[in-house]
Amino acid sequence: MALDEIYKEVILDHYKNPRNKRELPGAELSCSRNNPLCGDEITVFVHAEGDKVHEVTFVGQGCSISQSSASMMTEAVAGKPVEDVQKLIVDFRGMMAGELDPSEEEFGDLVALKGVVKYPIRIKCAVLAWDVLQEALAGDGAAAGSSPH
Amino acid sequence: MSLTEERSTGALDVARIRADFPVLQRTVGDMPLVYLDSAATSQKPRQVIEAESEFYANHNANAHRGLYMLAEEATEMYEGARAKLARFIGAPDPATVVFNRGTTESTNLVAYAWARRELNEGDEILLSDMEHHSNIVPWQLAARDTGAVLRYIPLTDDGLLDLSDLGSLLTGKTKLLAVTGMSNSLGTLPPLKQLIEAAHVMGALVLVDGAQLVPHVPVDVTELDCDFLTISGHKMLGPTASGGLYGKLDLLERMDAFLSGGHMIDEVFHERATWNVVPYKFEAGTMNIAQEIGLGAAIDYLEALGMDKVRAHEEKITAYAIDALLAAGATVYGPHDVALRGGAVSFWYKDVHPHDLATILNEEGVAIRAGHHCNQLVMRRYGVPATARASFYVYNTNEEVDVLVEALAKAEDVFGF
Repeated sequence: MALDEIYKEVILDHYKNPRNKRELPGAELSCSRNNPLCGDEITVFVHAEGDKVHEVTFVGQGCSISQSSASMMTEAVAGKPVEDVQKLIVDFRGMMAGELDPSEEEFGDLVALKGVVKYPIRIKCAVLAWDVLQEALAGDGAAAGSSPH
Repeated sequence: MSLTEERSTGALDVARIRADFPVLQRTVGDMPLVYLDSAATSQKPRQVIEAESEFYANHNANAHRGLYMLAEEATEMYEGARAKLARFIGAPDPATVVFNRGTTESTNLVAYAWARRELNEGDEILLSDMEHHSNIVPWQLAARDTGAVLRYIPLTDDGLLDLSDLGSLLTGKTKLLAVTGMSNSLGTLPPLKQLIEAAHVMGALVLVDGAQLVPHVPVDVTELDCDFLTISGHKMLGPTASGGLYGKLDLLERMDAFLSGGHMIDEVFHERATWNVVPYKFEAGTMNIAQEIGLGAAIDYLEALGMDKVRAHEEKITAYAIDALLAAGATVYGPHDVALRGGAVSFWYKDVHPHDLATILNEEGVAIRAGHHCNQLVMRRYGVPATARASFYVYNTNEEVDVLVEALAKAEDVFGF
């Protein structure tokens, strides 16, 4: 395995210059979670109205895979209908499970994370932010952070 | 290996030791395996693998059950392993050594069979901020059930126990001090003798978490005078699910049963039962017979090397590693003076997250641990979410430390800091 399969340029770019890494005052939805295996932690804020996700931001700390995945996620879901976001979460998990092989056209920068599939132990790093987003969207509208601990 | 010859020389013959460990002959991709994660679990010499295999091939029967030759052999081998472990830790009597899956089960045994019976509301259990989760959570649950209170000895900036306020932490209310013999993330060796004496003056019992201590440092429970010592077999060249608990005989005898079932009983009636003698009172059901026999072979191996030489070897390689990591620009947590620590070395290399570092090092064949090491209190204390950790044992060499340090440069290339 070559390291450039996992540490692609676009991943390193999102890691070093994360997009939308800030709190979002007034966010209707938010959720916090950590990965008890590694200590990575992430909080996702969602500004959603009606059926539309307007903006998503995140804060937290973690490895390049978890942080770049969160950064790309915030860009990928902004401005999308909630239904499309839900589908993207499912498809992203499918890609990380090696069951889906989306094109760059469909998935944009996110396809860069395909290389992580070859490193099974790192897959949960890539999926962490998406789990938290899904949990935030499932909230009843109250911006309440929750931790499984 | 010629064991008498080993004893006569000054230092470990690491090349010859390495030849005893089949897994060290393998590669990772194209690279030789550089195994630097013995604090998580040690590798096994063929002597241990063969002892376990030989038991299954030629002697397998349930111990303490049958009246035939195989059963007698199995029992003799299992009890022989107990006698070896007792001797290895300086225990006065094999009956003071209870076999079980290791340190976690041993700590839970004391938390259930002693703490839940003996602790009352307001009693205190004193722990330290460098405890492994397995020496914290069982006490949290015991405290929840009894109304006891947990207190913690804090840490200094350089990774030692901060004993400056010990007088207010260790008081007449303290019923138990549960402390690690060697930190699995910082490597720190707490001053056990001093702590045990201080606790006994206050009338508290002391449990030493020996998971990292017993494999790496000569231990004599009689001299230490600890009340309990937990022992992990798989971290000292033995099979997984081997190890056990040392306890002072009168304590073990006074304690209630823990897991219950076959063999731990004396008599069973419809409504009640009486307990077998120590240590069998704590050994319910069919035990990990082959694993404890394998542990016996691991003890033979370590004793042949000499634990004082094992310790000396690890002091040398740890000093070499700390110097090399610091020179490479890494931050090393815990004390840097090897007289105060063992060979589990936690570090952070520049801006590379430990997980990324572990993945990159793996490409070079280097196996390290990355994460919080079941030490979230330590991570919080030093303001890091995780660390990278290299840990050493009898088969590691300075050349392997060089491979580690050279591989760090690869991480820098990838991340371009």
